[in-house]
Amino acid sequence: MSVKERILRPVKRIHGGTPLPHLKHTAEQETVIMPAPARVRIPLSQHIGAPANPIVKKGDQVYVGTLIGEAPSFVSAMIHSSVSGTVAGIEDYAPGGVGAKCIVIDSDGEMTPDPDLKPFPVKKAEDIAQAARACGLVGLGGAGFPTHVKLKPDGIDTLVVNAAECEPFLTGDYRECMERYDDVINGVYLLKKYLDLKQVIICVENNKPKAIEQLYQIATDYRDADDTVKLMKLPSSYPQGAEKVIIYSATGRIVPPGKLPADVGCIVMNITSVSTLYRFIATGMPLVAKRITLDGTAVKEPKNILVPIGTPIRDLLDFTGEDFAEGARVLMGGPMMGNPVADLDSVVEKRNNGILIMTEAQSKQQTACIRCGRCARACPMRLFPSKVEAAYLSGLSDRYNELNVMYCMECGSCSYVCPAKRPLTQVMRVAKSELRRKKK
Amino acid sequence: MKEMLSVTSSPHIRHIDTTRGIMGDVIIALCPAAVYGCILFGWYAAVLLAVCILSCVGAEYLWNLLLKKPQTVGDLSAVVTGLLLGMNLPAKLPVWMAVIGSVVAIIVVKQMFGGIGHNFVNPAIAARIVLMVSFPSFMTKFYEPFSGVVASATPLAATADVVPSVRYLFFGMHSGCIGETSAFLLLLGGLYLILRRVINPFVPICFIGAFALITWATGGNVGTQLFSGGLFLGAIFMATDYTTSPSTPIGTILFGIGCGLLTFVIRRFGSLPEGVSYSIILMNILVPHIDRLTAFKPFGAKEVAKNE
Repeated sequence: MSVKERILRPVKRIHGGTPLPHLKHTAEQETVIMPAPARVRIPLSQHIGAPANPIVKKGDQVYVGTLIGEAPSFVSAMIHSSVSGTVAGIEDYAPGGVGAKCIVIDSDGEMTPDPDLKPFPVKKAEDIAQAARACGLVGLGGAGFPTHVKLKPDGIDTLVVNAAECEPFLTGDYRECMERYDDVINGVYLLKKYLDLKQVIICVENNKPKAIEQLYQIATDYRDADDTVKLMKLPSSYPQGAEKVIIYSATGRIVPPGKLPADVGCIVMNITSVSTLYRFIATGMPLVAKRITLDGTAVKEPKNILVPIGTPIRDLLDFTGEDFAEGARVLMGGPMMGNPVADLDSVVEKRNNGILIMTEAQSKQQTACIRCGRCARACPMRLFPSKVEAAYLSGLSDRYNELNVMYCMECGSCSYVCPAKRPLTQVMRVAKSELRRKKK
Repeated sequence: MKEMLSVTSSPHIRHIDTTRGIMGDVIIALCPAAVYGCILFGWYAAVLLAVCILSCVGAEYLWNLLLKKPQTVGDLSAVVTGLLLGMNLPAKLPVWMAVIGSVVAIIVVKQMFGGIGHNFVNPAIAARIVLMVSFPSFMTKFYEPFSGVVASATPLAATADVVPSVRYLFFGMHSGCIGETSAFLLLLGGLYLILRRVINPFVPICFIGAFALITWATGGNVGTQLFSGGLFLGAIFMATDYTTSPSTPIGTILFGIGCGLLTFVIRRFGSLPEGVSYSIILMNILVPHIDRLTAFKPFGAKEVAKNE
């Protein structure tokens, strides 16, 4: 069979979907490794769930990969040191107002790996979840959901490996495909074997033909007897990589609101999560560094950088020599869903995948809603954002429920397409928090 | 020292389309037919178009000024309304009547309901109907192309033996309102708007398609009915007005078919030769209901209902 015939097409196509400019300037550049910064501040809450408890104190000697924060409950994640050096203390860390602690480590510049690190033995299904927990793995696509929570094997028949990378600018997952494809494919087969999966679907958007070719080659080389690992080419249509969207595209299954992928027999894992888990099992090195795409309209030399977790953005910009004018927007994540940072002392976390610096002012050409309906046509959840905004502007918050605002995943498509430049996604967020508040 | 950074809500990129850009596209698309109308009916037609545009923009400007509201003439929607209204007028209407029409369109139909996006009927059509009711003899006095001679009847009102050939009608060599004569140039404009993704092609296709089908099925003269009168101008440029057309895919189809059928009913059974404006305005009023009846169920809602 030819290559083309063996690459799957999406089973279903979701409503809406927006073609975005790709802007993947960094796609064909080798990842640059950032040397140890003088000091890292490693937050104890880089995930959804309870913050980790610090298990080191001031003056302790730590190495790359040393456990420094222990997960206190099931929905939480382990935290490891990303540099070798001495613990300088435990401080408050509250970027964006969400308070938690961080462990401050003065680096010795050596990046010595912890001598106690050893491969993690996997013998049965439960060991996979144990490994993910010990690795400190969280959803690396941006959500930060602890991976071990979803790796329970009962009732799961499908693994969807998310390499869609539908946000503009970001190329970290693409570089993972190109640079560490062996880890990806080994991870895939490991998960398949121990979780007893009936199918594994690796999903890539069609704007990454080289990644598709690469993964196809490698999947063919590794192909096992029952031939369960498949590659799927998705249309480049935002938000293709959103969890519910990618499950629908890959399997045709619908995850209702309030339900998890596991409820429809699926696990979705980001491609970098898969390879990180494999590296941990093979070498014992937990999640201590993250590939970050540094790009944006104000960045002169965009690049991918492997950054130790806890590195302040300021140090990263010093390392790359980027400079920008006052009043710029510095984003963590992609331009569609990324969060702006208020402070360059914010640090790189596990779930970050990009740092974008944008200068151009947001459009000032706002007009009243002209009812063109583009927001409704773009919404993957088939909502009507402009009606929610109309309700919001009229103070009719009791209409939020019938307008189904809780289905919104804040992908940003409505605001993106709006010709009147209405702040639709922002209003959706307000409406959602209003409903949550009412529930309590 | 801490840098000052801007913190804004995501998304951080926006599509380049703006309200002003969309209105600009509509103006561009209307231009060929408007210019042709001026060539066909002489310089006075051009004066009439200019008066309509200027008085629409002026009315909106003054309204905002007097009511101390933010100025909105920059979005170009008043220009579109003025141009559309002008193209819907007979070529020698007195200027003061055109001014009255423009003021009705902008002040009464648009601004009094809250300005752009809040009018429940199309301002240009509503103004045309007001003029039609107020000055019926002026509004139905059409002229032969290039001559300035009063036409005995528009092709729609004419009896079968004096009707010009379909080819003449299609390219616009006949009497009528300034901008409605050349179906060919209006189609060209429509094609531009579809390619620029400004309008939903389903509205004009369903409108014209439903009208053609039922005219053919009942033994009417399809060619004459299609290419004379305001069908193309109405179907492509006025029924597709965002504010007054449905936003759901099924809704736009229903809306288009409804417009087509009503146009047929009025032309065939009504006492008026022309029914495009009345059918669009009637369907405009139904839009909120069409929207509600054809609203989407959100993704996964069916599954929730099943489980309960």
